[in-house]
Amino acid sequence: MPDVSDFILKLQRRRIEGSHATARQTAELLRSVVSQTRMPYTNQAASLLDAVRAVGEQLIAANPVELAVGNIVRRVLHIIREEDLSSSAVSFEGLMISEKSDDEDDADQKGGPVLSAAAVAAAARSTLRPRSLQTLLEDGPLPAAPSKSSSAGDSEGKSKSDKSAVGKRLKHSVIEAINLLIEEIDDCYEDISEQAVEHIHQNEVILTLGRSKTVKEFLYAAKQKNRSFRVFVAEGAPRYQGHVLAKELIQKGLETTVITDSAIFAMISRVNMVIVGAHAIMANGGVIAPVGMNMLALAAQRHAVPFVVVAGSHKLCPLYPHNPEVLLNELKSPSDLIDFGEFSDCMDFGAHGGAPLMHVVNPTFDYVPPNLVSLFITDTGGHNAAHMYKLIADYYSADDLVIKRKSTSSN
Amino acid sequence: MAQKKGGKTAASDDPEELARTPLQAVLLADTFNLKFRPITLERPKVLLPLVNTPMIDYTLAWLESVGVEEVFLFCCAHAEQVKEYIGNSHWGQSHAGFSITTIESNFSMSAGDALRFIEGKNVIRGDFILITGDTISNMSLTEALQAHKDRRKKDPDTVMTMFVKRSKPMPLTHQTRLGNDEIMMAIDPETKQLLYYEDRFDSSKRAVTLDKSLLADNASLYLRTDLEDCCIDICSPEVLTIFLDNFDYQHLRRHFVKGLLHDDIMGKKIYTHEIDSSYTARVDNYRSYDTISKDIIQRWSFPLVPDVLYAGNRAQMRLQREGIYKAPDVTLSPSVRIGAFTAIGSGTIIGENSSVSNSVIGELCTIGRNVSIDGCYIWDSVTIEDGCRLSHSIVCDGVHLHTGATLEPGVILSFKVEVGQNITVPAYSKVSLLPQPSKQDSDEELEYADTNSGVIDSPSIASISPANIEHDHVSSFDTEQSVLLEGGLSGVGYIWTSCETGNEEEWRYSVAPIPVEKLKEFYAKMFDEDESSSDGEQTGITHSGELISESKSTDFDDSDGEYKGDVSKFEKEVEETFERALGGVAEENVQLEINSLRMSFNVTHAECAGAVFQSVIKSAIIASNSSKSNLLKATIDAIERSKGLLSYFITNVDEEIEVILKFEEMCMEITREFAPIFSSVLHQLYDKEVITEDAILKWESEKADADESDKVFVKQSEAFLKWLKEAPEEDDEDE
Repeated sequence: MPDVSDFILKLQRRRIEGSHATARQTAELLRSVVSQTRMPYTNQAASLLDAVRAVGEQLIAANPVELAVGNIVRRVLHIIREEDLSSSAVSFEGLMISEKSDDEDDADQKGGPVLSAAAVAAAARSTLRPRSLQTLLEDGPLPAAPSKSSSAGDSEGKSKSDKSAVGKRLKHSVIEAINLLIEEIDDCYEDISEQAVEHIHQNEVILTLGRSKTVKEFLYAAKQKNRSFRVFVAEGAPRYQGHVLAKELIQKGLETTVITDSAIFAMISRVNMVIVGAHAIMANGGVIAPVGMNMLALAAQRHAVPFVVVAGSHKLCPLYPHNPEVLLNELKSPSDLIDFGEFSDCMDFGAHGGAPLMHVVNPTFDYVPPNLVSLFITDTGGHNAAHMYKLIADYYSADDLVIKRKSTSSN
Repeated sequence: MAQKKGGKTAASDDPEELARTPLQAVLLADTFNLKFRPITLERPKVLLPLVNTPMIDYTLAWLESVGVEEVFLFCCAHAEQVKEYIGNSHWGQSHAGFSITTIESNFSMSAGDALRFIEGKNVIRGDFILITGDTISNMSLTEALQAHKDRRKKDPDTVMTMFVKRSKPMPLTHQTRLGNDEIMMAIDPETKQLLYYEDRFDSSKRAVTLDKSLLADNASLYLRTDLEDCCIDICSPEVLTIFLDNFDYQHLRRHFVKGLLHDDIMGKKIYTHEIDSSYTARVDNYRSYDTISKDIIQRWSFPLVPDVLYAGNRAQMRLQREGIYKAPDVTLSPSVRIGAFTAIGSGTIIGENSSVSNSVIGELCTIGRNVSIDGCYIWDSVTIEDGCRLSHSIVCDGVHLHTGATLEPGVILSFKVEVGQNITVPAYSKVSLLPQPSKQDSDEELEYADTNSGVIDSPSIASISPANIEHDHVSSFDTEQSVLLEGGLSGVGYIWTSCETGNEEEWRYSVAPIPVEKLKEFYAKMFDEDESSSDGEQTGITHSGELISESKSTDFDDSDGEYKGDVSKFEKEVEETFERALGGVAEENVQLEINSLRMSFNVTHAECAGAVFQSVIKSAIIASNSSKSNLLKATIDAIERSKGLLSYFITNVDEEIEVILKFEEMCMEITREFAPIFSSVLHQLYDKEVITEDAILKWESEKADADESDKVFVKQSEAFLKWLKEAPEEDDEDE
């Protein structure tokens, strides 16, 4: 598929940057993959899963640092599983339709596992959700669940006349669901910034670091609701995106102060709240964020200033930071820090016995441990770091956490 | 293509049309030089791995990233290999908006030929990027491209924008960190127009000759030596026409750029674009191979770094702590020590207690126990047995090092060479399975001399069975300066005698760092030349070469014994004055200074002459770089240079005799290296009319009754003296 290799190349060459753009384009690409997959007569969901997984593996490998790619691939896999279950449930037990489709709405489930689920739906979920203690206790007749789902599969095999219709319906509904996902990614800024007024109060001082579009929209929204507050922007060396953010904020009439990153600790005592964006939120509630963030989080903790991370749900990553697939950092070119031309004579390998004396390191990200984060604000509301795994369980299926191993075994 | 060709004529003047033509690039997959011999006999340079990725991948990735849509890949030497590589790699598959067309020509001998060939193909329709397949860059083109187009709109005579980057050459060696020679450029600070370009600029002369019109026509210009040519150009289609019109243009810089700059007839203009933060470099020689590899490992070329750019079929390397790149399936014994900034390719196995630092190791290599590898570039499928020591070498695919082999700095082992047990390959040797082609052109011609290395009469490896090779080489090793077989076990390969640069220059372009002794030499030389060194001198001497400090110290000890203290002091002052004189102070001033010194120290004219002469001889020692063979030549030069000064101070026979005595004394005590060439120097002094016949003969008679030990030099000069006596008439006529 030409667009796949094109997209992979773009990811490899770091031509697409930023979680939002990546997530959106990944979702669009996977949508076209799904629509182009030819559906066999049997086991249609599996063939879709394989197709998505095969592409997904390449995409993840193309830029392992951009965790949003993997997130979206897993979301799509999860969508396929859910749609498969619901459609087979529809064909098998037509009565369950309404309940199942309600359950699909992830937002409804944020409170935790659904309590009032019918037997089939519960069985279906038990295959999708990680088995937490709660679900184990709730789903009394666990042994019944596999038999039912397998009978669903059998029934699919039996009713051959239905098949093509079901296949089309499955594909169609998966594409529909992916469209919803894309919409969700697009709307994440609005959804998050709607909550701005609940968090930003009159005459407060907000500190942020670097430039995050989510943070910008969040601050804009608060300003639009006529909150008056001040913003401190730490410039975010070495890329100095904070300067850009400051300009943008001033255009919206926000009172803005630019400070250096190294002045954060000096200024933090005047700050009421720290609001920052993130690159990814890991399953343990840890945050991968632009470099310098850990320092800011530690400063905030020292002065008991709330440290708030705003991020769209596409940044929720079901992996833990200790997973081997997670590349926590990317080292960029040192030329962001210093001019190559100016320092080239310091890097003359001919003169100093062949070993370079000067090294310049330019990491992109920091890891902020979960205990430093006071609150996460995603499009579904505010969350505690300790509850991130539950939120993540709503979006991803446990079977998809490791995409690579699965696909190598299936291929 | 046909309908686009029609647009070509319109394209050149209509800016709208110009903007719509796809951005094209001409990629020369041949460097038209022999700097990477012997490796390039078997594989084209663009396919040589740079941190385990062929160089051409870096270039293509960059072209693709800057929005080039059509690449014309010009192959010459080993065209088949290049084409095969491109065909098999992902570049061969069609990408949206990026296509590669290979153009093959077997008879192009230079970049000029290549461009003329491409012009003949009639494929270039607008501005294009000219680049060689060994250039690594991550810069953005948009700004420069826009500037180029704007200039073209204003002035259609603009033909080229050259990329330059700041890079300070080493003050000692006058060589950039990439091993290139210093370049002198004159650039208009306002328009950035290139006015002067000289890549063979001789910095030792401390003078540059500019056309006076250059200064007359330009209100201001910058003369810069701290720029490096990136070897990436944005060219207008006219460039091809110019090459076609001037069929003798071969080299892009030496002929084309200089030709345009120096011939006003054409009125074509070249501009420069200086890049600051982004990275661009060209692998021109082994030193730049080393430097650029290290830059890539240090991620200056991001995103063209090993953990991002990889097109091979095996597992990709990943970056770990301390700048170590390692593929996931590398097998390391727990006791292996991996130093910082090292890359290890997939499938490589390293045995116990081995250490690797500052090196790149390719894929599927097997490295035994107790091996030490420092600063080496080891390519794929190399076998290194236990106990080998490698430092600062390049080891190509399939090489086999038997137990205990040692590679000294700067060694190049070409494909499939074998080194026998406990053999030491001497520094800077190049070993290849293929014999060295006998026809070697002069250094000047090499740039565009025969480059169809594939076509050379050398037998291909495939045609010789391994047994044959060994047999062949046993005999050849006897005649050549072979060391590989000494250990009794088999070694396979020819040692090439250094061809391009001559042995003394070998260190300059080698992968090995510049040896400390060389730097010391340069250090000493620089202080010698430095005008303002009278203060720095004292400290400088202690750092500099042994020779000088030794001569200094003995100077003090002995002279204190024999002379009054202030004579030696006077000699020292004169010496320093003389050193300043070498730095470029006018001769009259030096005369004045020495004269005033003579008065203030109250020494005789004869002593003064002796001191001046001593300074001259000492400067000769320094200039000779302490090598015996150069000494005489350096002395002659020094005498020639300061002839005026000497003849000013040496006016009568007494002073002349004093000079000879002084020289004799120096030869015996301070500067013993002159002893063997005493008579030749004497002859020179006579030839240069510093010393007359009378003085020499008087000196002989004076020495006649001295004791035997003092007559060593008289005896040495016997032949000369005899000749002097026999041909007096002739000399009279001369005078």
